[in-house]
Amino acid sequence: MKISTYLWKRIWMTVPVLLGASFVSFLILRLTPVDPAKAYLAVSNIRPTEEAVSAIRAQLGLNEPFWSQYAGWIWNLCRFDFGASFYSKLPVTSEFYHRLPITAALALSSLLLAILVSIPLGIASALKKNRIIDHACRLLAFLGASIPQFWLAYLLIYFLSVKLDWFPLQGADSWRNYILPSITLALSLISTYSRLLRSELLKSLDEPYVLYAKARGFGMFAILTRHVLRHAIRPVVTAAGMNLGKLFAGSVIVEQIFGMPGMGGFFLESVFHRDYPVIQGYVFIMALVFVFGNLLADLIQALLDPRLTLSNEKGGGR
Amino acid sequence: MRRRWVLIVSLSLLLAVVICGVLAPYLAPHDPNIVDLTHKLEGPSLTYPLGTDQLGRCLFSRLLYGTRVSLSLALVIVVACLIVGIVIGCLSGYAGGWIDNLIMRANDAILAFPSLILAIALIAIWGAGWKQMAIALVIVQAAYYVRFVRGLVISLKQQSYITAARVSGTNAYRMMIRHIIPNMLPPLLVVVTLEIGWVIMDISALSFVGLGVQAPTAEWGAMINEGKSFIRSHPRLMIAPGILIFIMVALLNLISDAVTEKKGLGSPLRRKREAAE
Repeated sequence: MKISTYLWKRIWMTVPVLLGASFVSFLILRLTPVDPAKAYLAVSNIRPTEEAVSAIRAQLGLNEPFWSQYAGWIWNLCRFDFGASFYSKLPVTSEFYHRLPITAALALSSLLLAILVSIPLGIASALKKNRIIDHACRLLAFLGASIPQFWLAYLLIYFLSVKLDWFPLQGADSWRNYILPSITLALSLISTYSRLLRSELLKSLDEPYVLYAKARGFGMFAILTRHVLRHAIRPVVTAAGMNLGKLFAGSVIVEQIFGMPGMGGFFLESVFHRDYPVIQGYVFIMALVFVFGNLLADLIQALLDPRLTLSNEKGGGR
Repeated sequence: MRRRWVLIVSLSLLLAVVICGVLAPYLAPHDPNIVDLTHKLEGPSLTYPLGTDQLGRCLFSRLLYGTRVSLSLALVIVVACLIVGIVIGCLSGYAGGWIDNLIMRANDAILAFPSLILAIALIAIWGAGWKQMAIALVIVQAAYYVRFVRGLVISLKQQSYITAARVSGTNAYRMMIRHIIPNMLPPLLVVVTLEIGWVIMDISALSFVGLGVQAPTAEWGAMINEGKSFIRSHPRLMIAPGILIFIMVALLNLISDAVTEKKGLGSPLRRKREAAE
């Protein structure tokens, strides 16, 4: 199979998944035990008289048949129109518009931090296998996998903001506000990436081409940067793509704790307000991020390692 | 050898925590929910081993009772996921065809979301509370079990002893109960040990934001939520419950690491390997 054929097939595979995701996010409003029109009136502090309820039902299009409602929802999704917030009455898209940059900045800075820390850690623990640095990395990885994120956030706040007063407590006004939330989100990623890189490096360092490069008199630094790292970095890249959704999901709680006015904290507020259009819109956007993160990971994987697509030709299949 | 020790030590520590949770009514020095405002925010003493919280409730007793809440909820959720996963996964993997296709598309739709976010959205439909949280977590997590079980069933279906059973006229139901499910359980149980740790984290995270177990109940995440307002003056209210979540999750991580890296340890696992060969 040619690589472009594989890429197209992989891209097309996301279409049914996104259709399914759009259906799930559509169902959210239809599964509510309370009438959405009554929820709307309750949020707006209007008495739910019969006329008011039927007027809102008509306005929200709830009297139409189920499938035509769904068709309308899909059409609106294609235009990124999620309706108006029950609470603020503003279009959901414009509510997201100024919050998205904060969440995106938080997710990307966490990812960047995780990669910048875990690459040196992974290399050091692979080169000094079973030495102190390796054990220290293993301990860090273990801590990162077992500490609850929201608790880690409060530990950082307590020790670095309250006790030492190094960082601001709340808000998203300057880059210093992003440091503690990024550390919170990055720690579990660091633990995954550094262990992944270590085991890949140990595999690669045993390859004959490394021995050959050593025999030709290259130093370890040159061997690593020119040959080994290119191969060993691949699973980390894949994991990073797949973690994009995880990062956005983690931002829900972290944004709330650090008082950052991003999309995650807004979503959580909307859950308590029963502001269904915001919930539906946010959930669908997260599915988009999640599905495209996975797609990106697969595409990068295919481009970096053509063997994956070649093996399809032999009937391997993925 | 080292792995074996890690496994033994972490298993016995876990057992100790479980016993503490089970015996909480006998071990706890105080009722976890008795409010005593004359003793609020006291430091550790002989009567209150870890001091009291903002309502004068004994922190130590609340932590002990919290063990019961987290453990029993996590166990219920994991078992429910296991049942849903086995039933639907077997149906999908064994039936194949359009049934399989339909189930897998529905499953993909659920897996298209980050799981915690979909769980929060589902709780938003029904309102906050521990029952709603449990149902939401089961729906979201069971999708992973369904996919895993389906894969196991499809690979088991190709084994020669299954073909032999089918040729000798075993019906589908009997095939499931006698041949497929027993051979599937060992790898599933390994997954489950890791899964319990994650579920405990999810429960505490959801309760922390106020969507899961509600305030007066002594649950670790909810306790951190209550304690966070006293982070400046009484950090122990926030730190202590977190340490317990961390210990539980760490022990479960150690156990599942030890089990997955040394598969010959348990006899059920060995049986599975012999069956596969």
